[in-house]
Amino acid sequence: MRDGTIVVAGASLAGLRGAEALRDRGFSGRLILVGDEPYRPYDRPPLSKHVLTGEVAPGATTLPGVGRLEAEWRLGTAAAGLDRAGRALRLADGTTLPFDRLLIATGARARPWPKADEARLAGVHTLRGRDDAAALAADLSARPGRVLILGAGFIGCEVASSLRAVGLPVTVADPGPAPLARALGTVVGGFVAGRMAAAGVDYRPGTRVTHLEGAGGRVRRARLEAGGTIQADLVVVALGALRNTGWLAGAGLDADEGGLSCDGACRVLDAAGRPDDAIFAAGDVARWPHPLYGGRPVALEHWGNAVAQAAHAARAMLDGPEAAGAYAELPAFWSSQFGLNIKSLGLIEGADAVAVAQGSPRTGRFLAVYGRAGRTVAAVSINAGRWLPAYEAPIRDGAAFPPITGAADQPRLRSLPPGLPGPRGASGARP
Amino acid sequence: MTDADPTLFAQVRDPANRADPYPLYARLRAHPVARQDDGLWVASGYAAIRALLHDPRVSSQDLPRSEHPRTGNPVKDWVVNPLKDWIINRHRPFIFRDPPAHDALRRQVMGQFTVSRVRGMKRRTEALVAEHLEACAGCTPFNLVDDLAYPLPVTVICELLGVPREDEPRFHGWATQLATALEPESRTDPAVHARNVATFDAIADYMRDLIRAKRRRPADDLLSGLATATDPEAGRMSDPDLVATAVLLLIAGHETTVNLITNGMLTLLRCPDELARLRADPERAPRVIEELLRYEPPVHFRTRLALAPIPIGGAVIPEGAPLVLLFAAGSRDPARFPLPDRFDPDREDNQHFGFGGALHYCVGAPLARIEAEAALTALATRLRAPRLAEDPPPYRPGASLRGPQRLLLHIDGVD
Amino acid sequence: MRVVVDLNRCQAYAQCCYAAPEHFVLQGDEILVYDPAPPAAARAALDRAVQACPVRAIRVEHDEDRAGAGP
Repeated sequence: MRDGTIVVAGASLAGLRGAEALRDRGFSGRLILVGDEPYRPYDRPPLSKHVLTGEVAPGATTLPGVGRLEAEWRLGTAAAGLDRAGRALRLADGTTLPFDRLLIATGARARPWPKADEARLAGVHTLRGRDDAAALAADLSARPGRVLILGAGFIGCEVASSLRAVGLPVTVADPGPAPLARALGTVVGGFVAGRMAAAGVDYRPGTRVTHLEGAGGRVRRARLEAGGTIQADLVVVALGALRNTGWLAGAGLDADEGGLSCDGACRVLDAAGRPDDAIFAAGDVARWPHPLYGGRPVALEHWGNAVAQAAHAARAMLDGPEAAGAYAELPAFWSSQFGLNIKSLGLIEGADAVAVAQGSPRTGRFLAVYGRAGRTVAAVSINAGRWLPAYEAPIRDGAAFPPITGAADQPRLRSLPPGLPGPRGASGARP
Repeated sequence: MTDADPTLFAQVRDPANRADPYPLYARLRAHPVARQDDGLWVASGYAAIRALLHDPRVSSQDLPRSEHPRTGNPVKDWVVNPLKDWIINRHRPFIFRDPPAHDALRRQVMGQFTVSRVRGMKRRTEALVAEHLEACAGCTPFNLVDDLAYPLPVTVICELLGVPREDEPRFHGWATQLATALEPESRTDPAVHARNVATFDAIADYMRDLIRAKRRRPADDLLSGLATATDPEAGRMSDPDLVATAVLLLIAGHETTVNLITNGMLTLLRCPDELARLRADPERAPRVIEELLRYEPPVHFRTRLALAPIPIGGAVIPEGAPLVLLFAAGSRDPARFPLPDRFDPDREDNQHFGFGGALHYCVGAPLARIEAEAALTALATRLRAPRLAEDPPPYRPGASLRGPQRLLLHIDGVD
Repeated sequence: MRVVVDLNRCQAYAQCCYAAPEHFVLQGDEILVYDPAPPAAARAALDRAVQACPVRAIRVEHDEDRAGAGP
């Protein structure tokens, strides 16, 4: 298929890169991008980092690639419903867009503070979009006496790092046992905790907040499950994300807040597990069986996945699912915080072993490799990114764990339990 | 697929094939990692080289131990020279070291190889290029190697380091000799090894004196910075490490950029359309230079050592095996680069191995780019009707540091 | 102009920092900080950074390619 109408629901990274890939592959028909925010696609990673330190303006991260698309934009209007049989997308403003193919890239949203009245207090923030970052930055410019961050996943940790960099007092209340524990385990998370402490963060592991309390409509303190309070003038709720699938209710698809199920060719699956040949998904919202992980369904909130999966979906849309093959991109992400560049390859979730394979946490530069049932599944580098590519092949091939022995700068390999918490609790932090 | 010819890399090293080793590289790539009959393992495919570059089982500590030949003088043979060897073996230049020692030394060098210091050489480099070219105005043919490509980077590295340019005649020969450490012959030929040991003694004495002088009276140059700086983690760099580092930087400045500039002009003269396009649009220079680094790189390969068995591409490189990463072959791998034997500055996604990669990525890359850009844009825009007086030109002996011995150019003048 | 760097690819070779020091800075060992919206006058420097990146992780969109791109 090279002409007709393709609608892309979602105008962020995956939507943009999917649209670009369609044009690059020769799609010459009508291309419509729908976005709930009034902005052209922009880059999110800086929002929790250099936007909060004031080095980058919140509105400055519009992505390259917008100009040459020759697309129609429906911005500021969310996708509100899907008529699968009629091949039409309904928008929040009531208009309907018929399509020959639909790419769903509606992403995710920040998990809100569960008590709506408390969430409405001035000074309570979540961080996902440009407007969130601008609002948070504006509140920060009033130099709050103390900022409380709920959750120590990537967003919580990056925000804590940014705020310490500009000298603001920060407390992190983490329901988990260590920073980034859900993503990286407590062995690596424990190292990050040390850096956090050195940066002056008041880090409280195993700390659940039950209530946010305010005065005069503004948040003043958080009440802890274990008793006691933490005084704060500003609260950042960083308890993970929920996939934007609510608008698909009634469309008969297999979708929930954990993702929209699709197959290896990015075709969405109906409730019975049958693929829809005209509707595809990519990016944060998509959940698909990853062949590298025994077909376990995974949904990844990764920048790199949004780019690669959208390109894969574009190929499948134009050339068919057989030509595209099964999407098997090796998961990869990065984070920077507290002077650390953290890079990851593979899928850590479900790992049962970790070993420091290069360098040493003592020097602040090391690589940790993760295993599951004796096979290599992932690797994480901390300020040691140039070793990471060596682990691509062992992860892809599921090499015996640990995969690389007898190497330079390698400590005696000791396999430890990685310290990954069990399945998410009701208010667990989602990195 | 035919069996691998285990003499291909010996043929690469044969000076008779220096002018065009690329057909040999293509044959080597049929087996991206292959054992040669002299026990060397050669990686020539792009993917294999990239994997091995990043593999921590691949060591850069492959220099043979320094061992002074016997002199018959018992004090030298039993005390002085063994002590010298001990120090030299423990304080190799960081391109021959592995982490963590490598990382600490490299970090300290990068701490001095600052953006402002390197960019500060840009104007000066352009002025030097102009000076050299104007001196060639009346000569035809002139020798690009002796008249520009060699003296330019030597002057630049001397000024950057703070090494007196007038001492050049003394260390010119030392630099040429020590650069043979990159050729596999230096690993096995005892005569080459003995000459390298003696040469290192001479250049190390020279550097030690220079560093002492810098400490007494620091100037605003890289060596003064290195001699007086204190790294927050590693502390003050030791004297033997300073000497080894200074020697490395000086030699690297002598023996590499000369090839980039000379190979560059040779390639442009062989592709007159590209020369004309650069002449018309000097903004193309960065693209031209990156493509040169892929197509005719100054350093064709580096050697390594396998610390442990390494499974790769269906083969297993055994523990202890000497290894060659044939960058110039990988950069022309058709599995990675469409039409790899075409010189095409408009190529996208040009992730070449011209400066190596991973931990040992060339420290001097930004300086080399400045020098090559200044030289090649001036050559392209200021020479009137340049043409090659001989093609191919005669080559210097090195198979790794590969470049013309001389490049004679006829010109109708200099604008 | 609009700039984005694929920080999965980036290996902190810092070549962009030499090519366009006003727009790329390395913080600590490996953290690359860059200006996502540099002025049009930085075009030549940005092009140098794109070309010099050993892993080609930098993407730049020039203003004339953004004609009509809106907000």
